[in-house]
Amino acid sequence: MSDTPDNAPKHCPGTASEQAGKAASCQGCPNQKLCASGAGKNPDPAIGEIGEKLSSVKHKILVLSGKGGVGKSTFSAQLARALASDGTKEVALLDVDICGPSIPRIMGLDGEQESSVHQSGNGWSPVYVEDNLAIMSIGFLLSSPDDAVIWRGPKKNGMIKQFLRDVDWGELDYLIVDTPPGTSDEHLSIVQYLSSTHVDGAVIITTPQEVSLQDVRKEIRFCQKVKLPIIGVVENMSSFVCPKCKNTSQIFPPTSGGAEKMCADLNLPLLGKLPLDPRIAQSCDEGRPFLREVPDSPAAEVYHTIVQSIRTYCSNRQTEPSTT
Amino acid sequence: VDVNLAYLLAHANWNGNLALVKHVVLVLSGKGGVGKSTITTELALAFKHAGKKVGILDVDLCGPSIPRMLCVGRPDVHQCDSGWVPVYTDAQKSLALMSIGFLMEDPDEAVIWRGPKKSAMIAQLVSDVAWGELDVLLVDTPPGTSDEHLAVLENLRKHRVDGAVLVTTPQAVSTGDVRREITFCKKTGVRILGIVENMSGFVCPHCTECTNIFSKGGGEELAKLTGSVFLGSVPLDPLLSASVEEGRDFAESFPNSATFSSISSISQVLLKSLEND
Repeated sequence: MSDTPDNAPKHCPGTASEQAGKAASCQGCPNQKLCASGAGKNPDPAIGEIGEKLSSVKHKILVLSGKGGVGKSTFSAQLARALASDGTKEVALLDVDICGPSIPRIMGLDGEQESSVHQSGNGWSPVYVEDNLAIMSIGFLLSSPDDAVIWRGPKKNGMIKQFLRDVDWGELDYLIVDTPPGTSDEHLSIVQYLSSTHVDGAVIITTPQEVSLQDVRKEIRFCQKVKLPIIGVVENMSSFVCPKCKNTSQIFPPTSGGAEKMCADLNLPLLGKLPLDPRIAQSCDEGRPFLREVPDSPAAEVYHTIVQSIRTYCSNRQTEPSTT
Repeated sequence: VDVNLAYLLAHANWNGNLALVKHVVLVLSGKGGVGKSTITTELALAFKHAGKKVGILDVDLCGPSIPRMLCVGRPDVHQCDSGWVPVYTDAQKSLALMSIGFLMEDPDEAVIWRGPKKSAMIAQLVSDVAWGELDVLLVDTPPGTSDEHLAVLENLRKHRVDGAVLVTTPQAVSTGDVRREITFCKKTGVRILGIVENMSGFVCPHCTECTNIFSKGGGEELAKLTGSVFLGSVPLDPLLSASVEEGRDFAESFPNSATFSSISSISQVLLKSLEND
C-alpha cells in the first residue's frame, strides 16, 4: 500500500509504489531521488511502534460500512458500553472519523474540548466515561463545535497514526475503532497501521435498502482485499414499530432481500437485525446510554445478542493458535 | 508559441464543457446517509418537470448511488471530441447524468483510493464531461470536508459555483456534522443556498400517528443558528425510499403526497433563488 506525504506534488504516485520517483509528476519534487532509490518502500517505522504500543490490547474490532449514516457510531458506542458493563473488562473506543466525529456527543462528552485530553509521559490520555471505558476522538481536539477539519488524506492519516501510537490506552481487553464511511484514506491507514498487530475482525453495519447494500458490498470487497476478517454483518434500522398502534412498518424497505440475502450470497454471518427505535436516536443525541436506560426494549434485546456473538467470536479467536 | 496554443485549446475546451451551464449547485452534508443523493435526485426530477434542462454529477467515488436512483443501470459511457458524453435518462435529453459508477467494470468492486488519486479523478470528471446546454448542474458529493470537496471546488471555481444546498437529518448528531460543513463553506467562500431537513418525522401508515424517529426541527434550528435559509423539510416516507430504490420517478407515482409537495416547494424556492441571482 502506498503512502503520500503531506507536501507531495499533485499526482504523487505514493512513496511505496512501483512508480515512486519515476512518474511524470515526480519531476521537480525534492524527494524524487530518494523515492527512486526505493527507500520509500520500507515500511513506516510507526507500524512497528504501534504494534508494540497495542500489544497490551487483547481484542481489536473495527466497525465499518461503505455507506454513511447507517449507524456505525451508534453501534460502536452501544458495543463499547455493553462490553464495559462487565466491570472486569477494560474497553476503549477510538473514533477515526476525522471530518465527522460523532462519538463525543453520543457518549455524552460533548462539552469536552481541547482541555480534556491531557498530555502525560506516556502520551495523550484518553477521556474516560466510566472507570473502564476510555474514549478518543478528534472531536476532543477541536476548539468549537463549528470547527471543520478540512484536511486532505495525508493529514488525516497522520492523525490516525498519532491516535494509535501516542494515546496512552494502557491494558485493554477491547479496542473498538469507529470509522468514517467509504473505502479510502482512513480505512487504508487504520488497516496498514494495525498490520503488525492482531486485529480480531470487522463488524459491518448496513441498512436494509439496496442503495446501502451496494456500498456495503464494496466494503466487504475491501475487507477481503486487505485480508481483514469479517466478524459479521448487522442490519440497522430494520423495521419500525409504531409506538401508538404497535404495527410494524418497513421505512427502509429491503427491496433486494436486505442484509439477510446479502449475507447468504456472500456466506457471511448476520449478527442481528436492529429495529428503528426513536429512543435510540434520542439517547444518542443526549449522550445517554440506551441499553442501560431502556434495557427491556426489543432493540436492546437484539443488541445483547449481537454483543454476545462478538464476545464469543473474540474469545474463540483468542484460543486459536496465533494465526497472524 | 506552440505551448501557448496548446494551453489556449485546452482552456477553450475547458470552458466549452461548462460554458453553457447556467447554474452549478453543490449538494453537501458533513454527515453520511442523510439523503444527499435522494435529495439531489428528487431536485433534479422536480427541475426537469419544471421544464429545465438538468445535469447531475455524482462525485461520490466510494459509494455512487445516483445511477440506481435514476434507474439507468450500467450504460457504456461514450466519448466525443469534447469529452465523455453524459448518460441521458429520457428521450428529450432533459436530465443528464455522469457518475463514477459508470466507469467501473464490476459494480461490487471497491474504489480503494487515497486522496490524491480521488482528486485527480474528480478533476477529470468535472472538466471532461460534455454537458452541453444545462439550466442547472447538481453536484452530489460524499460525506465530509476532505479531498473530494476541495477537488470539486478547485475545479468548478474556474467556471462558477452558485452555492450549496446542505442536507441534514433532524438529530443533533447530524446537525453537529453539518455545522462543520457550514464552516467549510464559509472558509472556502461557497454561498449557502439553504438547508434541507430530511427524514423529518414518520407518519404511521396504519394509524397516521407521526413519530419523530430522528427527532425534529434540527434543520430549522441549525438554519437559524447559522443565519442560513431554511428550504424546508422532507418527511421520512417509505414510499420515497422505495421509489429511489427502484429508480422510479416519485413525482409521477405520488404527485398528491405530502412528501412530494414539500420536495416541490423546496425545488421552487431554490430555482427562484438561482434565477434571481
